[in-house]
Amino acid sequence: MLAKRIVPCLDVRDGRVVKGKQFKNIQDVDDPVKLGKFYSDQMADELVFYDITASYEKRHIFIDVVRAVAEEINIPFTIGGGISSIDDFHQVLRAGADKVSVNSAAVRRPELIREAAERYGSQCVVLSIDAKRDGQGSWQVYVDGGRKNTGLDAIAWAKQGVALGAGEICINSMDSDGEKSGFDLALNHRLSTELPVPIIASGGAGTMKDFKDVFDAGADAALAASVFHFGQIAIPDLKAYLQGEGIPMRGAEK
Amino acid sequence: MKIAIIDYEIGNLANVYNAWRRLGQDPVITRDPAVIRDAALVELPGVGAIRDAMANLQKFDLIPLLTEQVRAGKFFMGICLGMHALFETDYEGGKYQCLGFLPGEVVPFQTKLKVPHMGWNELEFRQPHWLQKNLPAHPYVYFVHSYHKTPAATPDVIATADYDGPVPAICGRDNVLGMQFHPEKSGPVGAQLLQNVLDYVQKG
Repeated sequence: MLAKRIVPCLDVRDGRVVKGKQFKNIQDVDDPVKLGKFYSDQMADELVFYDITASYEKRHIFIDVVRAVAEEINIPFTIGGGISSIDDFHQVLRAGADKVSVNSAAVRRPELIREAAERYGSQCVVLSIDAKRDGQGSWQVYVDGGRKNTGLDAIAWAKQGVALGAGEICINSMDSDGEKSGFDLALNHRLSTELPVPIIASGGAGTMKDFKDVFDAGADAALAASVFHFGQIAIPDLKAYLQGEGIPMRGAEK
Repeated sequence: MKIAIIDYEIGNLANVYNAWRRLGQDPVITRDPAVIRDAALVELPGVGAIRDAMANLQKFDLIPLLTEQVRAGKFFMGICLGMHALFETDYEGGKYQCLGFLPGEVVPFQTKLKVPHMGWNELEFRQPHWLQKNLPAHPYVYFVHSYHKTPAATPDVIATADYDGPVPAICGRDNVLGMQFHPEKSGPVGAQLLQNVLDYVQKG
């Protein structure tokens, strides 16, 4: 049976992980390769490395990180942040990334999704969407790190993205993000029922039950950062709990 | 061991290369006939479309060479799209004649489930096999594919995964082996599978 996926997300700036906490078993928690390896050893199913480096000049540092991760880590990983052209796709895929996530650049130029999917295959194109409730039962798409409302409907944009060739949708709920009050279940349910591609839920993970709830709502994968980085939830415990709740998990089998 | 990873400009070869490196091997990414003939293990990776894969094998004149090597008993391994190329015919976006090292066809998924079949799924071995050494009974491996080999119940289907029915996951006979999933991305289980291949080929 296909397992649901647990996906830690690591923000990387100037080649170092941002917002990390000391783990007993790793020396250098700011090293993206070491932290990624730690999660991989804990049976994380996939990793996301998100480049939040401000300056374009320092982009090569991040590409070196991607290459080092690909050499060391033997689970799939996605690269996001600052992807705005086919050349960006090319660089991170050639460095060894399995998937690339696009966000604002795809809103500005949706054809980027089609071009990337045609060239590299839909399986490596993840459309990442920052969505916020509009108070009228819908969700709107925000870009530029959540600063700008595009006026686009999030469900419609996700559908358009899939039609253009996106192989997965990563939906980040801005209402839930950082609140630790659970994923946006209604949003994930809508997307999971209406789209033919896997949905990665993001934003709001606080407790182990939050993961169960979003998987029950239909999400295929759940992404989180701080609950893992700050040691509030250990992945082996989370997987054992979810497996006990009847959700198929890799690495928690008897 | 001398491992040749076939460079036919299809998909990313870095990850299969890195996987062997992690096992202490020093593989070569190549389409040089001399290097391929000299290798103990030839690997055909691949991510993309079968049309391009077969066209490139043709373009680089690799089909006669690979056929000769397989007939001579060389251990030959196809991964994902590289496994699809092992069969006779592939119906991905048309009808393509493939290498024919194994009997069978490759067809699109007919399911209400999401396609591609993407993520971690369990292997069910259909027969006792040397690949199972040091593995759990139902190991999880990482799949990404929209087409699969058919039929699922033939003697050369070694393991299947359940995705709205049995999907051939490992196929092979004698010196030919195909993996539908990505061992290079399948964590410790994938590494063990590759190690088992090394051990098997090394023993001869």
